[in-house]
Amino acid sequence: MLALDRVGKTYPNGVHALERFSASIKLGEIVAIIGGSGCGKSTLLRAIAGLDRATTGTVTLDDIAITAPHAKIGIIFQEPRLLPWLSVADNIGFGLSELSAAARREKVARALDRVGLADKANAWPRELSGGQAQRVAIARALVPQPEVLLLDEPFSALDAFTRRDLQDHLLDLWNDTRPTLMLVTHDVDEAVVLADRVLVMRPRPGRLFEEIKINLARPRDRNSPHFDNFKRRVLTALDRSLDRNVPDADAKSTTGEAMWW
Amino acid sequence: MAMTVELPALERTEATTPETKASSARLRRYAGPALGLLLPVGLALAWEIAVWAGLSNGRLVPPPTKIFATMVELAKSGELSRHIIATLSRVASGFVIGVVAGTLFGAISGYWGLARRLLDPTVQALRAIPSIAWVPLFILWLGIFETSKVALIAVGVFFPVYLGVMGAISSVDRKIVEVGRTFRLSGPAMIRRILLPAVLPAYVVALRVGLGLGWMFVVAAEFMGASEGLGYLLIDGQQLGKPAQIVAAIVIFAILGKTTDWLIEIATAPLLRWQDAFGGRSGAA
Repeated sequence: MLALDRVGKTYPNGVHALERFSASIKLGEIVAIIGGSGCGKSTLLRAIAGLDRATTGTVTLDDIAITAPHAKIGIIFQEPRLLPWLSVADNIGFGLSELSAAARREKVARALDRVGLADKANAWPRELSGGQAQRVAIARALVPQPEVLLLDEPFSALDAFTRRDLQDHLLDLWNDTRPTLMLVTHDVDEAVVLADRVLVMRPRPGRLFEEIKINLARPRDRNSPHFDNFKRRVLTALDRSLDRNVPDADAKSTTGEAMWW
Repeated sequence: MAMTVELPALERTEATTPETKASSARLRRYAGPALGLLLPVGLALAWEIAVWAGLSNGRLVPPPTKIFATMVELAKSGELSRHIIATLSRVASGFVIGVVAGTLFGAISGYWGLARRLLDPTVQALRAIPSIAWVPLFILWLGIFETSKVALIAVGVFFPVYLGVMGAISSVDRKIVEVGRTFRLSGPAMIRRILLPAVLPAYVVALRVGLGLGWMFVVAAEFMGASEGLGYLLIDGQQLGKPAQIVAAIVIFAILGKTTDWLIEIATAPLLRWQDAFGGRSGAA
């Protein structure tokens, strides 16, 4: 279990990015964090990843305090961040250096197959499209079999079709080992299609505003009325988190706001 | 209308046989270097003709055939190889020392902020001194023979390598370094697996600049009392009034400098195939 206990972060320049954020997330749960810009989403994720340290509060995974990057926690960034001097296969195997070469090769081959890039094993990262590169990044993070996988707006730089494709693909991969997924996004559609729980945050300073459970069976139909209903609820919560006046949530059209920035 | 214009052209490209295609590809491959040779060879030819036609006596600027004859003469007596080996070994030892020191100090300054603040101002101040100014001091300290010459070349090589390595390491993308952190790389592993490959392209440039300065400084070093070496050939040619020997030495310098530079390029090209840079693929000669 991943436990966040009153996590807060104030940067050295005085910016109060995050305040008393508490949540506990079960193994295998998918949680989406959504909120306006400057609500501390990325700060929170970096604290869980151990890349930055929280100024107050604690992050614990199975009762181990996280203060530095941990083997059981993987992260996928907004950019693929592949190492340009390594082939696609070597990029995926980057976190497996303690394994024997044969074991590593086998795991990498399986991962390549799983993300549908078996034919690109020896390609350079520069030869990949944006979607392919992000697939490699996903494979690289999943191949050491983390217990928790953090995703920081992983698909926001992709076009709408590729994004949908990769969302489905991510769920499919998640189903293999069922790690905990914690996803930061500003795309309401993405949050509702992926998450068991959506945590809406409120900015300045960033804190938890509302929690919405998505009780929809997977695979989820993006066009069903239930799906729309959850989307509307998340949108309403977002609007309220920004103190916007929304008298009648149900009358609101959501079509124009499927991509919520 | 447009169709009728385009069709014959299409047919013609299809009609070209594989052999003509292959030969035109070969032609293109050699066309680049050949184009580069056009200007120097043309100028040499023009000068040769000018001297032959009596437009100039060619005493101060000897024609190519005379320079070549001087080279052959020097080579026959075994003098030439002795001078080349002397110069090459000086450049090589000075280059190695300069590169090792420059890489080490550059890496320390680039990686460790405190070291940079401590070390860099002094190094930059030393860099501002024209390196020839060290010559009297080096002769006093290290004697007139090999050591002072190698030291001067090493000083010349040190600064560009130091600057290149320091700049490259301190500007490695933080995002790439973070990838290393999330995989919990230790300090040495971070340097070996992330920082070194990331700075390699800049390092190769620094090595080539360093080598160029090494060739520059070997002449200065050999001007200060050498009994052998290409620089000695220059001084000897000046004192005994043998312009052909001077030009021959200069030409050999050009050939050696270009060859060693090309060797670095060839040796490092396989390590840099991954680069996705403007001219990264077509720029390699």
